[in-house]
Amino acid sequence: MTTRMPLISVEDLTVTYGDRIGCNGVSFDLFPGEVLGIVGESGSGKSTLLNAVSGQLEPAVGQIHYRTRLNETADIYRMSEPERRFLMRTDWAFVHQNPRDGLRMGVSAGANIGERLMGVGWRHYGEIRSTALSWLGKVEIFEDRVDDPPTTFSGGMQQRLQIARNLVSGPRLVFMDEPTGGLDVSVQARLLDLLRGLVSDLGLSAIIVTHDLAVARLLSHRLMVMQGGEVVESGLTDQVLDDPQHPYTQLLVSSILQV
Amino acid sequence: MYVAVKGGEKAIDNAHKYLAEERRGATDVAELSLSQISEQLSHAVSRVMAEGSLYDKDLAALAIKQARGDLIEAIFLIRAYRTTLPRFGYSAPLDTSEMDLDRRISATFKDLPGGQVLGPTFDYTHRLLDFALAAEGLEPQKAEAAEAPLDEEVPRVLELLNAEGLIEQSAPADYDDTAPVGDLTREPLEFPADRDLRLQNLARGDEGFILALGYSTQRGYARNHAFVGEVRLGDVTVEVIPEELGFAIEIGDITITECETVNQFQGSKTAPAQFTRGYGLAFGHSERKVISMALVDRALRCHELGEDQVAPVQDDEFVLSHSDNIQATGFVEHIKLPHYVDFQSELELVRRLRRNAEDNIREAAE
Amino acid sequence: MSNSAAPSYNFAYLDEQTKRMIRRALLKAVAIPGYQVPFASREMPMPYGWGTGGIQVTAAVIGPDDCLKVIDQGSDDTTNAVSIRKFFAKVGDIETTEETERATVIQTRHRIPETELTEDQILVYQVPIPEPLRFLEPKETETRKMHALEEYGLMHVKLYEDISQHGEIATTYAYPVKVDGRYVMDPSPTPKFDNPKMNNMAALQLFGAGREKRIYAIPPYTEVVSLDFDDHPFSIQKWDEPCALCGTRDSFLDEVILDDQGGRMFVCSDSHHCAKRQAEGHRGALSADPALETEEVAP
Repeated sequence: MTTRMPLISVEDLTVTYGDRIGCNGVSFDLFPGEVLGIVGESGSGKSTLLNAVSGQLEPAVGQIHYRTRLNETADIYRMSEPERRFLMRTDWAFVHQNPRDGLRMGVSAGANIGERLMGVGWRHYGEIRSTALSWLGKVEIFEDRVDDPPTTFSGGMQQRLQIARNLVSGPRLVFMDEPTGGLDVSVQARLLDLLRGLVSDLGLSAIIVTHDLAVARLLSHRLMVMQGGEVVESGLTDQVLDDPQHPYTQLLVSSILQV
Repeated sequence: MYVAVKGGEKAIDNAHKYLAEERRGATDVAELSLSQISEQLSHAVSRVMAEGSLYDKDLAALAIKQARGDLIEAIFLIRAYRTTLPRFGYSAPLDTSEMDLDRRISATFKDLPGGQVLGPTFDYTHRLLDFALAAEGLEPQKAEAAEAPLDEEVPRVLELLNAEGLIEQSAPADYDDTAPVGDLTREPLEFPADRDLRLQNLARGDEGFILALGYSTQRGYARNHAFVGEVRLGDVTVEVIPEELGFAIEIGDITITECETVNQFQGSKTAPAQFTRGYGLAFGHSERKVISMALVDRALRCHELGEDQVAPVQDDEFVLSHSDNIQATGFVEHIKLPHYVDFQSELELVRRLRRNAEDNIREAAE
Repeated sequence: MSNSAAPSYNFAYLDEQTKRMIRRALLKAVAIPGYQVPFASREMPMPYGWGTGGIQVTAAVIGPDDCLKVIDQGSDDTTNAVSIRKFFAKVGDIETTEETERATVIQTRHRIPETELTEDQILVYQVPIPEPLRFLEPKETETRKMHALEEYGLMHVKLYEDISQHGEIATTYAYPVKVDGRYVMDPSPTPKFDNPKMNNMAALQLFGAGREKRIYAIPPYTEVVSLDFDDHPFSIQKWDEPCALCGTRDSFLDEVILDDQGGRMFVCSDSHHCAKRQAEGHRGALSADPALETEEVAP
């Protein structure tokens, strides 16, 4: 009975926008420490799926079961709103494509990192500050920027700050929506390196939405390919990318890997 | 030796006497009568009635006189009076298609049942100062009466479109017209607010604020492509249905201005395209107010119509929380009240922070 | 307004229907300390922002046997305090006083009296912005949710920012408190000097915000804690010198500018407290006869 239980288990998830299908009948399991990539072109339903799984967009059909720290299974759309919001700001993290969506632009980097800690009751300024400084180090931002607001940061720094702000609470599950999307190539490479290091050092589970197969290959263990709201292919990342079965996946792979 | 300031009470009494003197102005000039105000400053009276939410021309005239022509002050006087009045009940919905029309225009159809009726309007006047008016006692030329009387019942333009299914219904299919209409003077406004409360708020709202918001939609902040389907001005009968009687009795006529706009259409492959609506209504003759109100009403319906909220005018909390000029003027002007202790607290802090900073600079230098 | 208008209004201006509505809101507020109860605030004959919330609360709780004191900035004689006191004297023929001890209802703007209040007294605060989270989050729908879910991290973000920018918490008035371990509350723009008085106060504390249509309350003997950090504890203002008139060192002092050469003095903001101390013979540096420090002097 001690077989590995999935951290999150998605069953038959369907999201509709009026008459239009956002994603249709998606099921998957994510195990602790596993990184799942969701790829597909824009409009394929991958962001819809991510928003639904992360508790921000109620699906029309389907269930999402999450295994809490207490080793209990909870349906995230059946739990109360306080429980869900608590989960979202402690156990989960969400890294937005645009750091402005995930940061508080008007307050300092230190306060951005400290917010989640204060939200769960930290009341020692010195400890909050030293934790913020240590996280700045982890995401390769100089400590002397701790009192500067993110508006004074470059795009890459803002994205790294967003990651620190999210990971400071020690989440078990991280959702990322095109985390390298708005960055230029050299900055992307550095961020990917950093993300890969953090995910493996902290043993995080993650679901990463990206249209960039190179990002998916670098970060994820498993891959789901979406087209028109449906999952058309899934499997181990290398397997899917090296030996794509579905014609759409073949098209995606051929169009990217030539570069 | 220092003597603390005393005598606030006496100073206030004297200030009020001074105010009364100033209101009267030079005593060799005849005093304004209320009938002069209600007859000759009728737009001012309309505005005070509309934003004061009390239909009474004499009281509005009194308020304007007492407020020395400051209309927001006059609206305030009316509001403070209105709130003390007992409430007998709510009227039945007005039927504006039975309005005794003074003016009715449509920007969407050149000719239509009931016709275009210009009525008393500033439109098409040349805004040239009429120096002849400065000389009192001139009788204006009489307007000629139309050859044929207006129709008894003039159909509303939007209903003509509705007959063809070209415009959305005035109420959604699931609307319960027996449910009580909200009243924000009796219940605190909560968000998100339904359309009945939004319209009540806008009808009482400051003309300038509503005008500016309506204007902002035309300049691209949540543009909603409005056509004035119809503006009508005239008298309607107010009816109430006393519970003990169970049928409607007329309690009087009031003059109102109403505007219905025809706004950008909606539709999809499955749902045929339809125009949408905006609505404005005010006591008295207030065209600027009702047209602006219809634009703002339409913008505030963005969620219901599945539009993105991109501009302030679509944000019900922003619009409805700031439209009331009595709330606004009170709070804005209250900062002239003493804030000695708050300021003292800040002063103490700033002095201390500056001292600390100076100490730090000195230490760094040493 | 002429005096002849007075008889046509109900006792204490508001009609009984409205008073009942306000009392219901007050009862709810007392039952849930620190929670902002929406109420159908009426238009009052004073402007919004000038104490309409406090006046409605006072009107709803005051009776013919009560004795009312009104202060603004701690003083009985500031214009707005005079105006409100006169209003109640006119519409309710209510006895008024400047003596803190004699009053059964005290309406205040921006101060808590220095004299300790008793179980027989009600302190009514005029509140401009009841929402402590308002300037961190402008949306009412969101702040109500934050209160409901006890999500107060953002409040500490503000205090954190203060310390990181200024080395200390730079909020000097309307300093946020947590009431009865549950709701974060704005004590109205009283200086933080007064915050400790709110904790475990014997008197009932009622807060009225007329324009914002909210009522909240702190029942007698309720814990009220000023938010802070363990290593940056809450502290109150201190002055380098005592009151120039009564010599006290433990009341809130107003600064009075004496000339344009930087000359200034500090005097009690609580005018009754200062007058009482002077009547008891206490003297400060700028009193009429500073020599009489220890002697009884007739008022």
